[in-house]
Amino acid sequence: MDCLLRVTNLTKYFDFNEPPIVDKVSFTVEQEEIFAILGPSGCGKTTTLRLLAGFERSDEGSIQLKGQTLECPYNHINPEKRGIGFVFQDYALFPHLTVLENVMFGLQKLSRGERNHRALEILELIGMKSFKDRKPQELSGGQQQRVALARALAPRPEIILMDEPFSNLDAVLRESTRNEVRKILKASKMSAVLVTHDQEEALSVADRIGVMENGRIVQIGTPEDVYYRPKTKFVANFLGRTNLFNAQASGLEAQSTIGSIMLDRPARGNVIISIRPEHLTLEQTTPANCGGICGTVLTREFKGHDITYNVKLKDCACLVHTDNRMPFAVGDNVVVRPLEPAVVLEDETPLQ
Amino acid sequence: MRLPYFLRKLPPWYFLLPSVFIGLAVSIPLVYLIIRALGGDFSETTELLFRQRNLVLFWNTVSLTLGVVVVTTLVSYPLAWLSTRSDIPAKKFITMIGVLPLALPGYVVAYAILGLGGDNGTLAMVFGLEISRLTGYWGSLLAVSLYTFPYLFLNLRAGFLGLDPSTEEAARSLGYSSFQILRKVTIPQLRPSFLAGILIITLYVLGDFGAVSLMRFETLSYSLYIQYAASFDRIYAAIIALILISITVVVLVLEYKLLKGLLFYRAGTGTGRKMRESKLGKLRWISYGFVGAIILFSLIIPIFTILYWMAQGVSPAVWANLGDAIRSSVLVSAPAAVLSVLMAIPLAYIAVRFPSRTSNILQRFAYLGYATPPLALALAFIFFSLNVVPVLYQTFALLIFAYALHFLAEAIGPVRSSLYQASPKLEEAAMSLGMNRFKAFLKSTLPLLFNGIIVGASFVFLSAMKELPITFLLAPIGLDTLAVNVWSYSAEGMFAEAAPFALSILFFSVFFVGILFSREWKS
Repeated sequence: MDCLLRVTNLTKYFDFNEPPIVDKVSFTVEQEEIFAILGPSGCGKTTTLRLLAGFERSDEGSIQLKGQTLECPYNHINPEKRGIGFVFQDYALFPHLTVLENVMFGLQKLSRGERNHRALEILELIGMKSFKDRKPQELSGGQQQRVALARALAPRPEIILMDEPFSNLDAVLRESTRNEVRKILKASKMSAVLVTHDQEEALSVADRIGVMENGRIVQIGTPEDVYYRPKTKFVANFLGRTNLFNAQASGLEAQSTIGSIMLDRPARGNVIISIRPEHLTLEQTTPANCGGICGTVLTREFKGHDITYNVKLKDCACLVHTDNRMPFAVGDNVVVRPLEPAVVLEDETPLQ
Repeated sequence: MRLPYFLRKLPPWYFLLPSVFIGLAVSIPLVYLIIRALGGDFSETTELLFRQRNLVLFWNTVSLTLGVVVVTTLVSYPLAWLSTRSDIPAKKFITMIGVLPLALPGYVVAYAILGLGGDNGTLAMVFGLEISRLTGYWGSLLAVSLYTFPYLFLNLRAGFLGLDPSTEEAARSLGYSSFQILRKVTIPQLRPSFLAGILIITLYVLGDFGAVSLMRFETLSYSLYIQYAASFDRIYAAIIALILISITVVVLVLEYKLLKGLLFYRAGTGTGRKMRESKLGKLRWISYGFVGAIILFSLIIPIFTILYWMAQGVSPAVWANLGDAIRSSVLVSAPAAVLSVLMAIPLAYIAVRFPSRTSNILQRFAYLGYATPPLALALAFIFFSLNVVPVLYQTFALLIFAYALHFLAEAIGPVRSSLYQASPKLEEAAMSLGMNRFKAFLKSTLPLLFNGIIVGASFVFLSAMKELPITFLLAPIGLDTLAVNVWSYSAEGMFAEAAPFALSILFFSVFFVGILFSREWKS
């Protein structure tokens, strides 16, 4: 398989007496693919990105780009020789240069005329051509972000790395910039690796996601994959709200603290299952369904387009997302009904 | 196959090597000086070391230092308070009063005080007021205090401005009066600023040669010069230099011990609010008088004295010399400024981007060159050059090199603070765009250091221009800078002849101090 970027067992220690900050990380990125590394702060995702760029040296493992080895224990190609673009979290635009000069900065191999031409072309693409003579300080956050992207794109790198690209933007701008960036990357047929701690960002921008915990990549998959079929408690919790239960599985069915439930894959014995709040629904208790999972509504968060209920069951509680046409009140007796099979997790220690 | 950790964190060689070179350039001559001083016959060395004369010199030096500390404290505290906390009008002007004496070299102040008194002094001739000429201890005390107090004033002023008003408000809410608050809350919190200012002043007093020599007050520094230049007793001069360096070390250690654990941080969160101004009330006229007295002593008297003597007629030969002197001064000061900035860049870069014990130690060497009394440093360079590289003895190269090393600390500060503002991400961005490390530094970081480089170079240029003792010991024969001229004529009592040179120095100084502080005020 000839993928664009192949990372194998990449490991980095900051202190050899402590566990590695990046621990045997392996993943691949295909041509024109946007790959997100998602994880909480301090999990090693930014360090991984800096290893890819060559700003840091790895201790073990290798990085290959288009079959060429960039990094392995006895070889380290300097960042300037890698042909990898980098977009920094705080953009790192050169304050002493104009927008145009910033974008032209990485084009020193071209002639003056070509440089100008290419820079203007890329500014056109990101819709910032009219700002070419401004200084970075005179731009808004979203504009700076786009110039930073243009600067990285201009020399036509093989791949672009983006470190928390949207974290410095306010909520409203973040959403639109996100779509904008995805559009630009796709339009220029560019591959990218971005790191983020924001699950919504990863889910909406990336083609595939690698979820990182304590220096390790614990799951890789499409956004739908990692969201609907998390492999561990950590992934299930990190990608949104979920319900976790202990269960006794036998085949495709299990007995859990919330009663009998279908499973997504056959299993046997003690397992932990996860079911997303939107995969549960509520029904009014009637004599016909009172044999199901009965409970009472503890709290109710009305959020406009949907409602989140916290339902007290026999000896646990669960979250249920319903649409706004299900008006239950606090204290109502309800029946919780699963709409989808629950996901069997790989964790072995049962929940407390 | 992996490199040891400390090796991978090493700064690039083109910054590391110059830094190590600077460290060696400062320390080797000093080590050489110690070897020369102590390396002779043992009984002779002990005889020189325990001469009764040394006790007198030591006492003169210490008593002058203590006196200057007291006087500058009495001047700086009220002035700093007035310029930050009171409702006195024209605070900027008052701050300027506290800054401008930086432009006055000690020997010019001494010249002004000497030219004032006596039967042919300015006072006698203009006002018919005959007072005896102020010399010796009191003359030195006045002269040195006048040109050093700004160092304490600036530190205290920054301290006052940095204080958290809420601590004082808390004290007020607990029932303290204004005076009690000043004594129990404000002044204790200003101790780090006070100590920092006092340290610089102490180093200046220990190293001062120009003022004490004109005042004929024999401190260690002055005596070192006499032994070297008049008695040609190099070993005794080296012994005195050693005593001076020992005192400096004691002062530095003392300062370090006192400052340790004394750093007060603003404990709470949130931005500090602006401090309320105190009403001067009945103290108003006393304050005006106080500020007026400082203006009189630190500005009016020196300028008036110089102008008066200039009006007495200066021989045309002196005027002819003036151009030469200016040219000499600029010819040695400008390269020194450039060289010290070139040295400051790698040191500051390593300190900011590769903070470690090693880089800290390398940076200390720069301060060692600054703290070493100039005559001791110059003597160390003489010994070193005569024995190791005789070709360099009494050359422009050695003089410029010594200036640059001595004033390096003044260049590092501004370069370092502009480096702090340039994110290391910029260099990484340049590297990710295909530039190697060195080129990335040149293209992305260096342009941002421009401001710091200009400020640092100006400081060094100004200091080298005013410098006297190093010039005396190291200058090539026939090199007469402005400073040397002022001192030589004043030492002979030829005040009129000294005037044009003093005025030129004043002109350069005020010009540069003006530029430096207008830059600071803008930001």
